[in-house]
Amino acid sequence: MLRLHSWHHRNGRLLPEGQFAGPMPWVIAIMMFLSVLIAAGGLGVREAARHLADELAGRITIQIVEADPFERARQTQAVLRRLARNPRIAHVERLDPQQLEKQLAPWLGTSFDTTDVPIPDMIDVDLAGQAADALPEIIEAVKGAAPSGRIDAHGQWLTPLNKLMNLLKWLALALVVLMGAATAFTVVLAARATLDNHRDTIDVMHLLGGTDVQIARLFQRRIALDALFGGIVGLAAAAAVLLILIERVQGLGSELVGNVALTRATWTVLILFPLGATALAMVTARLTILRTLGRIL
Amino acid sequence: MASIVQFENVGLRYGTGAETLSDVSFNLPAGSFTFLTGPSGAGKTSLLKLLYLALRPSRGLIRLFSEDIVTLPRARLPAFRRRIGVVFQDFRLVPYLSAYDNVALPLRVAGVSEGEIETPVREMLEWVGLASRANARPATLSGGEQQRVAIARAVIGRPDMLVADEPTGNVDPEMAGRLLYLFEALNKLGTTVVVATHDVHLLSRIAHSQLMRLDKGRVSDPTGALRNPPRTPQGED
Repeated sequence: MLRLHSWHHRNGRLLPEGQFAGPMPWVIAIMMFLSVLIAAGGLGVREAARHLADELAGRITIQIVEADPFERARQTQAVLRRLARNPRIAHVERLDPQQLEKQLAPWLGTSFDTTDVPIPDMIDVDLAGQAADALPEIIEAVKGAAPSGRIDAHGQWLTPLNKLMNLLKWLALALVVLMGAATAFTVVLAARATLDNHRDTIDVMHLLGGTDVQIARLFQRRIALDALFGGIVGLAAAAAVLLILIERVQGLGSELVGNVALTRATWTVLILFPLGATALAMVTARLTILRTLGRIL
Repeated sequence: MASIVQFENVGLRYGTGAETLSDVSFNLPAGSFTFLTGPSGAGKTSLLKLLYLALRPSRGLIRLFSEDIVTLPRARLPAFRRRIGVVFQDFRLVPYLSAYDNVALPLRVAGVSEGEIETPVREMLEWVGLASRANARPATLSGGEQQRVAIARAVIGRPDMLVADEPTGNVDPEMAGRLLYLFEALNKLGTTVVVATHDVHLLSRIAHSQLMRLDKGRVSDPTGALRNPPRTPQGED
C-alpha cells in the first residue's frame, strides 16, 4: 500500500508551492468572519435567554387583593404560613408595605391614605427546583389560604421574549448553515479550477498508475491547508470585533442586553469553527475531485 | 510465445471525425521488441496511446496481459498502467519536480519506500548521463536532457512493457545508441518493448526486433506486420 507520509512529504511538490487555490482562502476568511459573528450572536442570545429564565422562571409574586385591611392581613398570614411549610419553596417573604408605598409614590403621591386606596399585600416566592412543576401545587395552596390571592408567575412574562430569542437563535443557525454551504460551493469552484490548472500533472499521474484517491489526496490536503488559513484569519478578525462589542455592551448596564455574554463554552465552539471549515473544505474537495477524476479515463 | 498484446480489428475515432486507426490487428509476443514506423499522421501515437491505456478504442478488441482492456473497469486501470513504462513524445515531466523526483515518481506511485528508491534512481540518472543534474527542474534542462529523464522515468520500475514514442528524437546519435542499448537490456530481462520512431538507423540496431508499419491508420501489411526488420535501413518520411 501507498505510504501516505512519504507520499505527501515527497510529492507535495507535484503541485506548486505557496497559495494554491487562488482567492479561496480569502473568501473563506470572509465567510468565517461573518459566520463567527452570527454564531456568537446566536449563542449569546441563547445564553442571555437562559440567564433570564434562570433568574425569573423560579420566582412568583402573590398579590392579596382585598379591600378590608384585616381580612387582607389574615389571608396574607395564612398564605405565608402555608407556603413556609412547602418543601418546594426555597424562600417566601412579604414585601415591606412602606417600601411598596415608596415605589407607588411617583404615581399616587406621598400623602395618599391607604384606607382610601387599598394597596394589595405582595408576597415574593422563590421556588426550589423546577418552577413549572411546582406551580399548580402553589396555586392550589394559595387559593386554599387566600381567596383574594392572585398569582403572578414571572416566567409567563418570558414567553414572548423567549419566542423572539428562539427565532433569533434559529435565524443565526440558518445563516451559519448558509455560510457553510457558500463555503462548500467556493471550494467546489476552487477545486475544479485547480484541477483544470494541473490537468497535465494529473494525466501523467494517471498514466504512471496513480489512483484517483492518490491524486485527490494531494489536492484535498492543499485545499484544506488553504481553508485552515482562511478560517484562522476570519476567526481572528471576528474575535477582535466580538471582544470590542462585548466590552461596549457590558458598559450599557442594561440587565437584558448586559446578559448577552459569551461563555467559555461559546468561545470553544467558535474556536472550533475554522476546524469545521477545514473539514468541510477537505471533504468537499475530495468529493469534487474524485467526481471530476472519475470522468477522466 | 504467449501474446502480451493482442489487437483485433481495432478502430479509433476522435469525436465524430474519421477513424484515426482502422481494422488494426496484430499480436506482440511477450518479450518481443517491436519498432513501429510510418509517416507522420499514420496513427503511431494513437496506437501507442491505446497500448499505454490513455485511450479506449472505438471498436474492436484489445487484450493486454491477457485481459480485455476495452471492458476493463476503470478502477483496475492503475494496476495495469503500473506494468507499462511510457516515454511520451512531449516528455510530460512534472514541472515542479526535480529530475530525481520525476524519475522516482513511478516508484512512489507504486508505494515503494524512500529507502528503496534512492539507489535505483541515482543509478538510472547515472546511466542516462544526468547524475549531475539530479536536482534540476525540467524547465532548466535541455530537450535532450528532458528526454533522458523521461526515459529514465519510464524504465525505473522495470515495467512488463515499455512503450516509447520517438524516444531518441532529441538526442545525439551516441546517446541514441546508449538509450537503445538500455531498451535492449530491459528487453533481455523480459520487458516487451514497442518503439515508435522515424529514425531508420535504429531499426537495424536490435537484431531480433520486429517491424510494424502503419499507414493512414492501418497496418500496411497485416500479414507481414511483425516481420523481421530489414537489415538495410529504409527511408521513412
